[in-house]
Amino acid sequence: MTKVLDIPKVNAKNMTEKEFFYGHKACAGCGGSIAVRLALKVLGERTYSALPAGCMSAVGFIYPQMAFNSNAIITTFPGSASMAAGIAAGAKALGQKDFKTVVFAGDGGTADIGFQALSGMIDRNDDVLYICYDNEAYMNTGIQKSGLTPYGTKTTTTPAGQNIPGTVTHKKNLFEIIAAHDIAYAATASIGYPQDFINKVNKAKHVKGASFIHVYASCPTGWGTPTETSVEIAKDAVDCGLIFLAEYEDGEYKLNRNPKEFKSVEEYLKKQGRFKHMSDADIQCVIENRDKKWERMRKNWL
Amino acid sequence: MIKMNRPKHTEYKTPTHIDDYPTGPQYDAGFLPEKNAGWRTFKPVVNHDECIYCLRCYLLCPDGTIMKDNGKIKIDMDYCKGCGVCAHECPKDAIEMVKE
Repeated sequence: MTKVLDIPKVNAKNMTEKEFFYGHKACAGCGGSIAVRLALKVLGERTYSALPAGCMSAVGFIYPQMAFNSNAIITTFPGSASMAAGIAAGAKALGQKDFKTVVFAGDGGTADIGFQALSGMIDRNDDVLYICYDNEAYMNTGIQKSGLTPYGTKTTTTPAGQNIPGTVTHKKNLFEIIAAHDIAYAATASIGYPQDFINKVNKAKHVKGASFIHVYASCPTGWGTPTETSVEIAKDAVDCGLIFLAEYEDGEYKLNRNPKEFKSVEEYLKKQGRFKHMSDADIQCVIENRDKKWERMRKNWL
Repeated sequence: MIKMNRPKHTEYKTPTHIDDYPTGPQYDAGFLPEKNAGWRTFKPVVNHDECIYCLRCYLLCPDGTIMKDNGKIKIDMDYCKGCGVCAHECPKDAIEMVKE
């Protein structure tokens, strides 16, 4: 495997000026499009993108408007990882070198619908980078609950009422599920920490074999936040400990950010329309779950 | 010159003959017949004296409309949606959102 030190660093000053995701129709302030745009800029021109049904395929391919400026294809909803594996195998058979195949799937397309194909792709260790932009619900179809929707979220399929505080289940541990496949490289990131995300994509670019990045991307439309705070919210989520930044490499977990003190969870939740209804008891439930998770992570990953 | 790095706005010609339609489900990459400028209520205005060229706005623009132009930032108003992320994230408050 390529050593980390040998990989040329990428940052805002030296990254390519070319835009590969431009003129798309995503909502103003879309977090997912920041993730896709930055990842494509790091990966460069010789990239094959595969996108299942989801926001980024809906806003990128509106005939005849083609927002992707490199090779991109819409895949079946459950088969994005297998199609990307096929693209990688096909390009290899044609003798192409110096290319990367990447999947941009939403949280529903990764954790729920596309999961078996993703699991198979990692099992076969196909040379594909799978990026899941997590906006915590099926935003494209109108904010339905997904496997990665956190506790207390108000969605159209889990409305908040007097008896039930919206979503009653906690977020799936997707990162650990992926790492349990003993994948070559897996990481979590947030668009609130763009340089960290760029570094992780850059690292995954140089991994031969399957790699996975779970990037937390805000959605002003579905979350009920002002468009200009998209990045701030994604940063707050990390700072209050509900989202963690970690890596899995060579069979080892690594916690990238281990804050001594967390920011207020309540403040983070109350900024968003989807959590407005939450009572103190519900917020306490979120905090307890967070503390339990961090205790486990600090015990096992440090 | 700078526009070379981005797909250009292209006029869409309505096909007049069956041969003008694309064959199969594919289409040219970076083909942009429509602009997004109409979405905007507020437009970003950069104060170049305050700007320290940290490129945070360049990184975080969801639409990639902010470009480098000889040590200054420049915004492509054809595709800016006016979301205000650049103004909100600017460490020097050098970008102001002004009503169109």
